Amino acid sequence: MISANLLAVFYLISGVLFILALRGLSSPETSRQGNLFGIIGMAIAISVTIASVGNFSTGFLYLLILLLIGGSIGAFIAFKIPMTAMPELVAGFHSLVGLAAVFVAISAFLNPEIFNLGSPGSIKIASLIEMSLGASIGAITFTGSIVAFLKLRGIMPGSPITFFGQHYLNLILGLILVGLIFYLCKTQINIWFWIIIIISFLLGVLLIIPIGGADMPVVISMLNSYSGWAAAGIGFTLENTALIITGALVGSSGAILSYIMCKGMNRSFFNVILGGWGATDQSFSNKSQEQKPVKSGNADDAAFLMKNASSVIIVPGYGMAVAQAQHALREMVDALKKNGVKVTYAIHPVAGRMPGHMNVLLAEANVPYDEVFELEEINNDFANCDVAYVIGANDVTNPVAKSDPQSPIYGMPILDVEKSKSVLFVKRSLSPGYAGIDNDLFYRDNTLMLFSDAKKMTEDIIKSL
Amino acid sequence: MEIDPFIFRFSIFILSIFIGYYVVWSVTPSLHTPLMSVTNAISSVIIVGAIIAALAGKNENIFDSANIFGFLAIILAAINIFGGFLVTQRMLAMYKKKNKDKK
Repeated sequence: MISANLLAVFYLISGVLFILALRGLSSPETSRQGNLFGIIGMAIAISVTIASVGNFSTGFLYLLILLLIGGSIGAFIAFKIPMTAMPELVAGFHSLVGLAAVFVAISAFLNPEIFNLGSPGSIKIASLIEMSLGASIGAITFTGSIVAFLKLRGIMPGSPITFFGQHYLNLILGLILVGLIFYLCKTQINIWFWIIIIISFLLGVLLIIPIGGADMPVVISMLNSYSGWAAAGIGFTLENTALIITGALVGSSGAILSYIMCKGMNRSFFNVILGGWGATDQSFSNKSQEQKPVKSGNADDAAFLMKNASSVIIVPGYGMAVAQAQHALREMVDALKKNGVKVTYAIHPVAGRMPGHMNVLLAEANVPYDEVFELEEINNDFANCDVAYVIGANDVTNPVAKSDPQSPIYGMPILDVEKSKSVLFVKRSLSPGYAGIDNDLFYRDNTLMLFSDAKKMTEDIIKSL
Repeated sequence: MEIDPFIFRFSIFILSIFIGYYVVWSVTPSLHTPLMSVTNAISSVIIVGAIIAALAGKNENIFDSANIFGFLAIILAAINIFGGFLVTQRMLAMYKKKNKDKK
C-alpha cells in the first residue's frame, strides 16, 4: 500500500511524461525518445496503481494474465498491420478506448465504494455527472469509431448515408441525453444510466454515417478528441490526475487536428459533421459534362518527360495508398535521381484518409522526410518545376478552387500543380474526384493523362527509364 | 472557507488543455499519424481505473459484476497500450533523413 499523496505524485509524473511524449513529436529526431517517455509514463501509472490496491491474491494473477493476453493481441496487430491500413487501425483503437471508458464508468456506477464515490443509490452528484458524461462520450466514441472503421475498411460503403430529419434526430437525442443525466442525478435509479449508454451508442452511429469517405481525416481526428474527453470524464470520477491530464492532452490534440483538416478543405467543422459534400451539390457537378479534348500518354512519354526535366514534384494522394504504389514510386524517384533530376514531394493537408497518412507511407518506402514538403512550404516551387507527377490525388489539385466561386471546393487551398511546365496525371479514368466535380486540370494543354493503375503505371515508367 | 478538491482537479484539467494546445501545434505535420497513434496509446491510461475496478473490493468474490467490467476494460486498454506504443515505434523508426545534414 502506498499513501494517497505519493500515488498522486506518481500520477503527476506519468502526466508530465505523456506531455513530453507529445512534445517529442515536434521533430522526427526527438520523436523516438518521446515515445519512450510515453511508455515509461504508462509503466509508472500501471505499477503504482497495482501497488496502491495492494491486492496480490488471485485477482492479481488474473490481472497479469489479462494484461498478457491484451498485450499480445496489441503487439501482434502493431507488427502485422500494413502501413496503408493505418487509418482503420487508429479508428479501431479509438473504439477500444471508448468502450474501456464505458466499462470503467459502469463498474464505478455499480460499485462506487471502491472509488470512494458513495454507495449505490446515493452516489455523489458530481461523480454521477462525471461518470455519465464519461460513459456517454465513451459510448459515442465506441460506436462512431466502429462505423469509421467499417467505412475505411470498405466493409461499409464510404458514401454518406443521409435521411430526412437526421440532424434533428441527432439534436433531439443529444438533448434527451442531457435530460437523462439530470434525471439520473435526481433519482439515482439504475435504469436511466443504462438508457444513457444505449442512447449514446445509437448517437455514435448516427453521427458518423452521414460523413463521406474523403472527410474521414476530420472524423478520425474528432473521434481522437472524443476519446480524450471520455478519459478526462472518467479521470474526474476517479479523481485521478494522470487521467485528467492525459484526457485534456488527447482531447485538445484531436480538436487541433480536426481544425487543421477542416482548414485544409476550407470547410467549417459543422459543415463536415453535418454530412456529405458530393451529396449536396449535384447540380454543380453535372454542369460541365460535355466532352473536352484530353491528351493522354503512355509510360514511355512520361519517362521521357521526366528524364529530361531538371526538377520534378510528386503529388501523392489517396489513390497511391489504395494502389500501394509508394515503393514503386520511390524506385522511380531513385531512377530519376540517377539521371540528375531533382525530385521533391508535395503533400496536401487532407491527402489520404487521416492526418499525415501520406507522410507515413512515404516514410515506409524509405523516402527521406526532408524531401517531403507541406503545402505552404512547396507551393511556390511549382512555377519553377518542369514536371508535376500527380499520383492518386485529384481534388486537392483542382484549379477551380481558385477560379470559380460557385464550385463547392472554392477557397480550398490547393497545390498549384497547374503552374508547372507539364503535369503528368496518373488516374484510372476521367471520373471526378470525391467532391463530385470535374478537374479542370485534365483538359489543360500542359497536362498529360496517364490512364492506368497508379502502381502499374509507375512500374512501367521505371522500365522505360 | 475551504476550496473543493474538484476545483483543483478542474484547474489541472484546464491548464492541461492549454499545454496540449501549444504542444500539439508544435508537432510537425508529417508526424500527425504517429501523433494520433500515440495519443491513442496514452489515453489508455484509463487502465488505472480498470485495475482499481477489477481488483478492489472483497477478495472472495472477484467475479462481482463490477469487477468483471473492470477486467474487460483491462483487456481493451492493454490491447491499446501495447498496440498503440508499438505501432508508433514502428512508424517512427521509418522516418529517416537524407545523409546530408540539412533540415
